[in-house]
Amino acid sequence: MVFITQVSLWIIPLFIMVVLLVGTWKRVPSYELFVEGGKEGVKMAFSLLPFLVGMIVAISIFRSSGALDAIIGLISPVLLFFGVPPEIVPLALIKPISGSAALGVTTELIATHGPDSFIGRLASTMQGSTDTTLYILTVYFGAIGIRKMGYALKVGLLADLVAIIAAIVIVTLVFS
Amino acid sequence: MVNLIWAFMAIIGIVYAMFNGTMEEVNKAVFESANEAVTLSIGLISVLVFWLGIMRIAEEAGLLRGLAKIFRPVVVRLFPDIPKDHPAIGYILSNITANMFGLGNAATPMGIKAMEQMKKLSGSDEASRSMITFLAINTSSLTLIPTTVIAIRMQYDSMSPTEIVGTTIIATLIGTMSAILIDRLFYYQSTRRK
Repeated sequence: MVFITQVSLWIIPLFIMVVLLVGTWKRVPSYELFVEGGKEGVKMAFSLLPFLVGMIVAISIFRSSGALDAIIGLISPVLLFFGVPPEIVPLALIKPISGSAALGVTTELIATHGPDSFIGRLASTMQGSTDTTLYILTVYFGAIGIRKMGYALKVGLLADLVAIIAAIVIVTLVFS
Repeated sequence: MVNLIWAFMAIIGIVYAMFNGTMEEVNKAVFESANEAVTLSIGLISVLVFWLGIMRIAEEAGLLRGLAKIFRPVVVRLFPDIPKDHPAIGYILSNITANMFGLGNAATPMGIKAMEQMKKLSGSDEASRSMITFLAINTSSLTLIPTTVIAIRMQYDSMSPTEIVGTTIIATLIGTMSAILIDRLFYYQSTRRK
């Protein structure tokens, strides 16, 4: 584990160093290129802004009205039947929609049930094993102006479902 | 699809609030979250500027092409629509590598660059086959080191904060593999319809 933490710590500075070394060696105008590329970054952040405002506002209306909690309440009996603790449901529902909200839910679950409880371990595994599909879709397609998304959303959400089920099965097998 | 989901999240929320007296919370949410979204976008500027600047040097120095050559066999199979030496392959690879090490912030600008290159290839505002494959891999998160979760577990005095790394890697692998499979399935279904 120490090795992996060290790798995470070193990789960004090393990457920057390698890029600058190779750039200098190949005699490309590094600083000018950096500024040129950076300008694109400013444009990109501003073109993302309306996409993020739209998506985040809709999600928080849904959440703050209590509708999300109501849906969770409706489906939790079904999940209990399959041996899934209902405490985990909000996380499974929020994870594909909002990363920061999911992290909030995970933290809250770990704080309430303890990091080494079944729910704590399951929440930890789920938090790490899928990404926020809706956010990625919004950012990537928003930045390049894709209007027709085809079957992208369906693929992303189905894959999330598989990953969540996989997390539940694996944590059950390994820890209990 | 996204239009419907987006509109209905807000509509259902507002209708639910009408009958449950949570209008005040909804009002607050509208303005607070809009504010939060703007802060988030502004916060992205620093990361985007720095990484796009660095990546521009890497591109000009030929590093992306070099990386693409090494991993060419795997990626060519995953993205049959992209020509073998195309810069999109290099961006896709740097995005996946950054994701694996839990560097979400570094991965996003590279992912956007990859998308841009793929749009140049397709030349339309419709999501192409390779774009959707790329999204599927990204949304299933190839993280090998869930750093944030480990940090949270440490804060709450876990006996073994890193014990979930193994289960996370297995769940992620299953998720990513099924993402690729589901993507293929939908692709073949859509070609049959045409």
